[in-house]
Amino acid sequence: MKFVSAFLALAAGIMLGVVQARAVELSIVSGDTGNGIKVLREILDRYEKKSGNKVDIVVIPPSTTDQFGQYRLWLAAGSSDIDVYQTDVIWAPQLASQLVDLTEATKDVVGEHFPSIIQSQTVNGRLVALPIFTDAPALYYRKDLLDKYGFKVPATWKELHDTARLVMDKERTAGDRDLWGYVFQGNAYEGLTCNALEWVMSNGGGGIIELDGRISIDNPKAAAALDMVKGWIGTIAPPGVLAYQEEEARGVWQTGNAVFMRNWPYAYALGNSENSPIKGKFDVAPLPAGEGGRPVATLGGWNLAVSKYSKHTAAAIGLVKFIASPEMQKYRTLKTSNLPTIAALYDDPDIARQQPIVPRWKEIFLNAQPRPSATARIKYNEASSQFWTAVHNTISGDGTAADNLAELQARLTRLKGKGW
Amino acid sequence: MRRRVRTAWLFLAPMLLVLAAVAGWPFLRTVYYSFTDASLADLEARQWVGFDNYFSVLRLPSGRILYDGLLVDPVWWRAVWNTVRFAVVSVACETVLGMVVALALNAEFPGRGIVRAAILVPWAIPTIVSAKMWQWMLNDQFGIINVALLNLGLIDTKIAWTANADTAMIAVLIVDIWKTTPFMALLILAALQMLPREILEVARLDGANPWQIFWRVTLPLIRPAVMVAVIFRALDALRIFDLIYVLTPNNVQTKSMSIFARENLFEFDKFAYGSAASTLLFLIIGLLTIAYIRLGRLSFDGGR
Repeated sequence: MKFVSAFLALAAGIMLGVVQARAVELSIVSGDTGNGIKVLREILDRYEKKSGNKVDIVVIPPSTTDQFGQYRLWLAAGSSDIDVYQTDVIWAPQLASQLVDLTEATKDVVGEHFPSIIQSQTVNGRLVALPIFTDAPALYYRKDLLDKYGFKVPATWKELHDTARLVMDKERTAGDRDLWGYVFQGNAYEGLTCNALEWVMSNGGGGIIELDGRISIDNPKAAAALDMVKGWIGTIAPPGVLAYQEEEARGVWQTGNAVFMRNWPYAYALGNSENSPIKGKFDVAPLPAGEGGRPVATLGGWNLAVSKYSKHTAAAIGLVKFIASPEMQKYRTLKTSNLPTIAALYDDPDIARQQPIVPRWKEIFLNAQPRPSATARIKYNEASSQFWTAVHNTISGDGTAADNLAELQARLTRLKGKGW
Repeated sequence: MRRRVRTAWLFLAPMLLVLAAVAGWPFLRTVYYSFTDASLADLEARQWVGFDNYFSVLRLPSGRILYDGLLVDPVWWRAVWNTVRFAVVSVACETVLGMVVALALNAEFPGRGIVRAAILVPWAIPTIVSAKMWQWMLNDQFGIINVALLNLGLIDTKIAWTANADTAMIAVLIVDIWKTTPFMALLILAALQMLPREILEVARLDGANPWQIFWRVTLPLIRPAVMVAVIFRALDALRIFDLIYVLTPNNVQTKSMSIFARENLFEFDKFAYGSAASTLLFLIIGLLTIAYIRLGRLSFDGGR
């Protein structure tokens, strides 16, 4: 066995040497959300011109939950078809063993990035992915409609509900029958975990699994938060919200059919794009807080990782560094309003002028709440799935919040076993 | 005779080898993994755990006894129920509708060839594509179905088809029936065309009305073909994955057996548990098929 692997390593080394001299063909896999793929292609065109290598994009569905399953499959099969994976901020601990350690190769550039993000992608001292943009959600609101009826931007969930209700009723009476108050991500998938963490935590209901590994979700404040959301379905939020992911929510919002939306910063640039019906009519604010709580934004963000099974490791690392570089992050931010992971870009005058959300969002993302993926480690996906199942059941009216959360607590305890 | 048998085996050998390689080997591996604690992060580190993935008893220090494993997992049994219910309803509807379509197509009318070809279109579209197409048509805000129903005055508010567990299952059934009725119709039509004309003539001469002819003559004669068509469809329906996966939110009320298995295999760190679910899925489909063949007194030896 040792001989075989030594031989393979040698063979790979030789091939690498040979291939390095010529142009290589790389492939990068990325989910398709908003105009992300188009902008990635533009960035890759620049890379191709500069390096002479060719890069293919493998496009997969936007749901992070779907993406993870597919990545897992490719990596478990030791597939060399994919060189670079675009990974969610929560995946580092689960995929680490099959990704290349970038610590050495990125020594010269990691200092530019926010240390907390680099930290989130470091597993047992190995940096497994380099961040390309970070995410913290915003409350999108229709400035024109709030001004028309003399409302201010809601600071609490209750204000959000009341404002949405009133604006919706008045506009509907005036003839806009398709208008809804609030859209968010209510489908049963990872996005619901993000939304629900914000509801629960901003209401003082804790962070599902605390940093010390304690499971804290079964408490009255968490139940109250879910009961509140259940009250929104069919009143201020369309019943269909229970099947919405990011793009469905944006679909309702960007066609002018919602007063408020919870979404990531990418929707800002798209909402202000040419021929968007709501161009110039909306603005963003931090998400509301619960009664007596503080606003909470779930930390998101995307990174690039190099597969351990890539046949062109060196070239792939070069590609990752290119896409994560300040120039390309700036380019991406100008086109997509994704938040850069490089501190200096938040003071960039071009970005401040063209995507004013970005400098305003620095504070929010720095205070954003990570999901308990570092604590639950390899069991995170299942824990998250248990959580979103309980939440989805509750808000679609299947069982009370208190019962579902008590059951969730028992399930998570069993999943935890002797420890996370 | 012996030479003929040997030649027969010789001709069968390539097919058997291919089957063993693409179906037998993966199947045995899955069964094997279901008795281990394999994890996709590191398949080589697996250990034999016996029946633990199926059923295990945990004795807590407090004296409480906990049962664990697939056989006592309510989510799994809910998935089994969802799947079986889906299979029964969809296959029943498809059989009836397929029969109607086949009888209509069996009649002589101008343009029959074009109609026969046209009716196969839904069957020819890959399921995942038709699922996506229907997802847009069923979208609650801009879906064409809600708009059409609203304009016709059949509903007064837009229905969120895929959001609610009950309507989501109905939506899945509609799409599945739309897609596979042509397949049923085709198989039944083939049987109808094999019917000897004389028998129908005689029945008509004896004064039987069309209704009687259908129930007393046509149906008994095509029954074997229909039974085989039903079993094809049932096997397909019991491993439903794509439609439910695309069309409905991933919750316990609509999850099918295949979706349960996939989720555990690839999304959760439970490759072995997912393998156990796949193994049970195979057993359940096998048992249902055997039961169906027995109860339907179906024979595959040429209708004798």
